[in-house]
Amino acid sequence: MTWLWRRGRALVVAAPVLWLGLFFLMPFLVVLRVSFAEAVIARPPFSELLDWADGLLTVTLNLGNYTFLVEDDLYIDAYLNSIRVAFVSTLICLVIAYPMALLIARSKYRNLLLMLVILPFWTSFLLRMYALIGLMSPTGFINSALALAGIGPITMMQTDFAVYAGIVTGYLPLMILPLYSTLEKLDESLLEAAHDLGAKPWKAFLTVTLPLSAPGILAGSLLVFIPAVGEFVIPALLGGPDQLMIGKVLWTEFFNNRDWPLASAVAIAMLALLVAPIMFVRNALGAKE
Amino acid sequence: MKRGWPLLVGAGIGFALLYVPLAIMVIYSFNASKLASVWGGWSVQWYGELLANDQILTAAWVSLKVAAMAASIGTVFGTLIGYAMTRFGRFRFRLLLSGMATAPIVMPEVVTGLSLLLLFISMEALLGWPAERGIDTIVIAHATFCMAFVAVIVQARLADLDVSVEEAAMDLGARQPRVFFDVTLPALTPALVSGWLLSFTLSLDDLVIASFVSGPGASTLPMVVFSKVRLGVTPEINALATLMIVLVAICVGLAAWRMARAGKG
Amino acid sequence: MTAPAAQRAPTSAPKSDRAFIRIEDVVKTFDGFRAVDQVSLDVAEGEIFCLLGGSGSGKSTLLRMLAGFETPDAGRIEIDGQDMTSVPPWDRPVNMMFQSYALFPHMSVAKNIAYGLKQDGMSRADIEAQVKRMLDLVKLSALGHRKPNQLSGGQRQRVALARALAKKPKALLLDEPLSALDKKLREETQFELMDIQDSLGTTFIVVTHDQEEAMTLGSRIGVMDQGKLVQVDKPRDLYEFPRNRFIADFVGSVNIFEGVVAEDLPDRVTIASDALGGAIHVHHGMSCQEGQTVWVAVRPEKMVLRREAPTGVLGETVGGMAQGVVEDIAYIGGLTHYRVVLPSGQRVRATLANRERHDDAAPTWEETVWISWAGDAGVALTS
Repeated sequence: MTWLWRRGRALVVAAPVLWLGLFFLMPFLVVLRVSFAEAVIARPPFSELLDWADGLLTVTLNLGNYTFLVEDDLYIDAYLNSIRVAFVSTLICLVIAYPMALLIARSKYRNLLLMLVILPFWTSFLLRMYALIGLMSPTGFINSALALAGIGPITMMQTDFAVYAGIVTGYLPLMILPLYSTLEKLDESLLEAAHDLGAKPWKAFLTVTLPLSAPGILAGSLLVFIPAVGEFVIPALLGGPDQLMIGKVLWTEFFNNRDWPLASAVAIAMLALLVAPIMFVRNALGAKE
Repeated sequence: MKRGWPLLVGAGIGFALLYVPLAIMVIYSFNASKLASVWGGWSVQWYGELLANDQILTAAWVSLKVAAMAASIGTVFGTLIGYAMTRFGRFRFRLLLSGMATAPIVMPEVVTGLSLLLLFISMEALLGWPAERGIDTIVIAHATFCMAFVAVIVQARLADLDVSVEEAAMDLGARQPRVFFDVTLPALTPALVSGWLLSFTLSLDDLVIASFVSGPGASTLPMVVFSKVRLGVTPEINALATLMIVLVAICVGLAAWRMARAGKG
Repeated sequence: MTAPAAQRAPTSAPKSDRAFIRIEDVVKTFDGFRAVDQVSLDVAEGEIFCLLGGSGSGKSTLLRMLAGFETPDAGRIEIDGQDMTSVPPWDRPVNMMFQSYALFPHMSVAKNIAYGLKQDGMSRADIEAQVKRMLDLVKLSALGHRKPNQLSGGQRQRVALARALAKKPKALLLDEPLSALDKKLREETQFELMDIQDSLGTTFIVVTHDQEEAMTLGSRIGVMDQGKLVQVDKPRDLYEFPRNRFIADFVGSVNIFEGVVAEDLPDRVTIASDALGGAIHVHHGMSCQEGQTVWVAVRPEKMVLRREAPTGVLGETVGGMAQGVVEDIAYIGGLTHYRVVLPSGQRVRATLANRERHDDAAPTWEETVWISWAGDAGVALTS
């Protein structure tokens, strides 16, 4: 048994390392390789980099995909637009989530309220986005209601607003939960001390509660911002055709244009320009704790 | 001290955002009219059509199978990762493992999906496996991100768990594997249950990754729903969503009731 | 015996006659539980008043009502002649030192101390000067830039003190100010706290569960039990003239003998006590009737423990005596605690000072000994 355990220890590490190495790390090397290939009409639809002919090994690196990314405004616009949309929706999320988290942390019914926050999170994300269509479409609930009042119709679908609404409702619980957990840990006597020293409620909030909930604000913002940047479902369902978000661009290159090498180049660019900085920020913050 | 109203108003807006769309969807699922803008009276016909829709039912079955398998694999591997990270001290590949275990969480879905598909295609060309993409490949893809989430949950729980309990077991004569199964695992059970449930939900929810790595034969529920929803509002989907909401509410309610009872006991 | 005191008037005169803080018939109920029940109390300017009580006695709730964190259900709170009953905490001229210290973890020591001054809109230069004065007062001038988590427990306590004193409050409310410190540090800090109070002349109201702390710090002590203020007195009066069995038992340790009044004479009362197995004599008159059940309280250090029978005259120099067997001895250095079992089964505690380095003659386990006490050592209690 002891012998087995000693082996077991190595196994405990080896199994996940092998799995993740094969199904998480390796894929990126493949993507990197394909990003230097050329799109061809074949199965699979990309060229080989290595060519072994007449005893000669030729390596063809096609940098064209990357130069194309830089030359065509579409990609840079999509990248910047994704960041802008994600940033704005993270801010809106924060503004809405903060009072909710504060209320829950101070409520007698905190378990019930927390459950109400988590419940939509367990139901399908896709279906919740679909529910927004029912709400916002030209013949949807809001416009029907407005029509009764003699107003409208208002165009909501396929606008920035729809995308913000989608991201905010979709990811609100992810912002609330970390905020709640820092606010709940906040020692109430700190607020009392602030009041005791002459700070009125809003002043005490600004000088004590807000700065001390910074870790929760950061954690929640990252949880919303990260998936929002690469989001596909929301811009595809709620956004307009000219709504450029990088996740949707990659999807379109892959499925609609079948340009796999270009899609791979977009993926590599996303890794370098989005994931790497986010990981860096996360680690820097983690090290500070 | 009462400093109620700004907080209540803010929280009210938030809860409205979360629940109004769902509520309207539930109401429309009982709408006899196919048009969302017209109220045609109460009806359960869309539920009947949903249950008669083979495409949706098949996809739902595929999704449930995939989610169960992916969650189970993810929970086993995630537990291994969490255990190694908290209890093994320094070991070879530690940094690599922790990096690989957290990265899937921050990875954009489109990137994960694309890269896994390209891997499967390359493997097929080199090894002949997987000959066909379908349930297997979706399970692999989902299990990979599931284990990352389970690892985080397990790690947090193990970090909270007092090591001295395990030391006490050793002191009383239990050897390592016994300690794990007798002491660590029981203490870990709630974390494993919530990890499995989270994995199950995430897998059931995933559209993007599944769309990349699935083959022609296997469509998951989100894939079918997405293709229908893209074409406009479909009342069967309202019915489907309502059923799902009811199911989740029952599960969450049951869990809360059990928790409340355990808390009293 | 204790003079029949008026219902709420303090039995000892404060430094000034004026009631600086006046609590009148204050009631506070939490979910049907009366945390503070009809408490009235006057505190004079410049005194250190200790509220002593066990957990749940209502002492902290009373303090929190003074600070303004809780509003009384009934009654009135006045500070320096002004009604404060429903004034919010930020507008009250008192400051509080929290049990947990409640230092703002994201601010430096200096920022913590400056916080209250900033709320008053004081000029930057004035704030700086006052912060410096406070740092000097608590001897932390070198540590102004540190964050609270970089300080020791004792240093944190002083920062909390400095922060609460910085606004020159009319009264300082201290909630278990020393409970987080270890024993040695606690004793030192007690005296520092008294020095600081002495130099500033600020009124201190201290809540504590530690009766030694209350005795050391307080010029007067109010003992609370189940939401009621049971007795308010100077430390010595509280110890020597407890009003009832609860006080006698709560403040210090005590032997209590139950008995029945046998004879009520002008200069003394004779009590027949089955617990002691004999008569107990108590000097001074007390209002009682023959046949009434009373309790006699005798402090362990006032017990005499000897092998031989006491020589004095019962009823004159001796208040009571009995023979018993030594059951337990606890030697704690300066003192030795004895526990003696009487034939009635009652256990008697006696504390002897160890004046000699070698004391071979001291009674030992299982020995039969006499316990006795002087004629004026016992206190008769009617409740």
